[in-house]
Amino acid sequence: MKRQRGLFVLAAVLLLLPLALPNAFYYDIVIRMMINAVVVLGLNLLMGFAGQISLGHAGFFGIGAYAAAILPTRYGWHPLAAMLGGALLTAALAALVARPIFRLRGHYLAMATLGLGIIIAIVLKNEGAYTGGPDGMAVPALGLFGFALDGEKQWYWVFAANLLFSVWACRNLVDSPFGRALRALHGSEIAAQVVGVDVARYKAAIFVFSAFFASIMGSLSADYVGFVTPNVADFFHSIELVTMVVVGGMASIFGSVVGAVLLTALPQALATLEGWETVTFGAILMLFMIFLPRGLVPTLAARCWRSR
Amino acid sequence: MALLEVSALSKAFGGVMAVQDVAFSVDAGVVYSVIGPNGAGKTTLFNLITGVYTPSGGDIRLDGEAIAGVAPHRLAQKGVARTFQNLQVCMNLTALENVMLGAHLALDRNLLKGLFRAPGLTRADAALRDRAAELMRYVGLDAYRASAASAMPYGALKRLEIARALAVQPRILFLDEPAAGLNPKETTEIDALVRKIADSGITVVLVEHDMKMVMNISDRILVLDYGKKLAEGSAREVRRNPAVIAAYLGKAA
Repeated sequence: MKRQRGLFVLAAVLLLLPLALPNAFYYDIVIRMMINAVVVLGLNLLMGFAGQISLGHAGFFGIGAYAAAILPTRYGWHPLAAMLGGALLTAALAALVARPIFRLRGHYLAMATLGLGIIIAIVLKNEGAYTGGPDGMAVPALGLFGFALDGEKQWYWVFAANLLFSVWACRNLVDSPFGRALRALHGSEIAAQVVGVDVARYKAAIFVFSAFFASIMGSLSADYVGFVTPNVADFFHSIELVTMVVVGGMASIFGSVVGAVLLTALPQALATLEGWETVTFGAILMLFMIFLPRGLVPTLAARCWRSR
Repeated sequence: MALLEVSALSKAFGGVMAVQDVAFSVDAGVVYSVIGPNGAGKTTLFNLITGVYTPSGGDIRLDGEAIAGVAPHRLAQKGVARTFQNLQVCMNLTALENVMLGAHLALDRNLLKGLFRAPGLTRADAALRDRAAELMRYVGLDAYRASAASAMPYGALKRLEIARALAVQPRILFLDEPAAGLNPKETTEIDALVRKIADSGITVVLVEHDMKMVMNISDRILVLDYGKKLAEGSAREVRRNPAVIAAYLGKAA
């Protein structure tokens, strides 16, 4: 069971963590970490493993969040059906734009996904009749079999299970033939092609998959918070997600988790610096890029490997 | 009937005719070499046949089926495999994974099954791992079975590409300068490996600058110069052809 050692450690941490959390405020922070971690996992599949980029992932997150708000409120859908509906809609949108978008590479691909994210954010902000406009809207509580989820402590277990499952699934995927083809097209697109990998299809598939992931987490996070604003789909949220991937480590599953935990905690820790927090945050990111360009987890793993 | 038939094949890059009206055919089971001075269009010819470039004109047939302009990943399904002159190894994978990648089409690539670690898929992958290790032994890379591709020397990576191409289980294998950059001893080993592959029943098409190797192992040789076919025949015939000598050594005054 050596393969699953990391997973057991994560499970143990998640199991014991509530003992160390003094109040609802800390629960809330950990839950936000876990939400980010799962979105970042999906994004890392696209960025770190397949070598593509998306600067519009908050847009997909936003669609999920608003689906959880709009479909139950205005159309009477069950929140779980709304979550699935939102994710399918997101997947359909991602599939629709994937073909033209992945004709582009590098900076151009970044620009295109950036544009897509901004368009989604604008639509959410401007379609006030449905979305409540810039003020946002309330999200009805998520219940199951007459049992309503309530309070940070219950939600903690939902997100902990979700994170554990996602880490397990992503590790499986990366090790599977599909994942090998993905990593290969990052390593050498032409080499992947000549052994039979339909490169365009694989890029599209992982883009759709990671958008689906983001949408589900958007819905869950809206259900948890109980309120959505257009900020969830904001460009800065997309950048935050990309930064988490890079800081934690491209093509590293546990790097995604570490990146999300660190960058969710950092603004909290810096809050005491008042006006200087953004500056300090930026400076820390720059230091990361200069001294740990491959990201935290891969760099440290390589260092431990060498010193043995 | 020939396994590969190329007729009137041309490729223009802007005003430059990189390949012009080239025709030849390769019988099953032979070692067929393409030679010519630098810039003669050898690699372009390879890229045309293996789908990397789309021809400007002409016809390519594999076992009678027209394959001109077919995408590389579809050609792999039809049993076409190749290596590259400038290495195309996935440095982010292990050596073994690079070889396993070659068997991509033989595996279940379903995303959901991968996600949930479907038992059938894991079993097939474990079997492939053994077969890939066997292929690495076949090309003489036994020592690198546990290596990351990025930790291997140049000569070993050249063989790794061959192992990956063999994992495709090709009918026809295109090797683009397999001996380029290798020392004489390594070249002799590649020479033996190519012969071994051809003897196993795989048709080999070879671009190579090492004339000793070409003359040794080729059943037939095609000579290109300035994108055009200069000569074709057995090693003996080609060596005596005055046009070939002129292209390589320059004309006598």
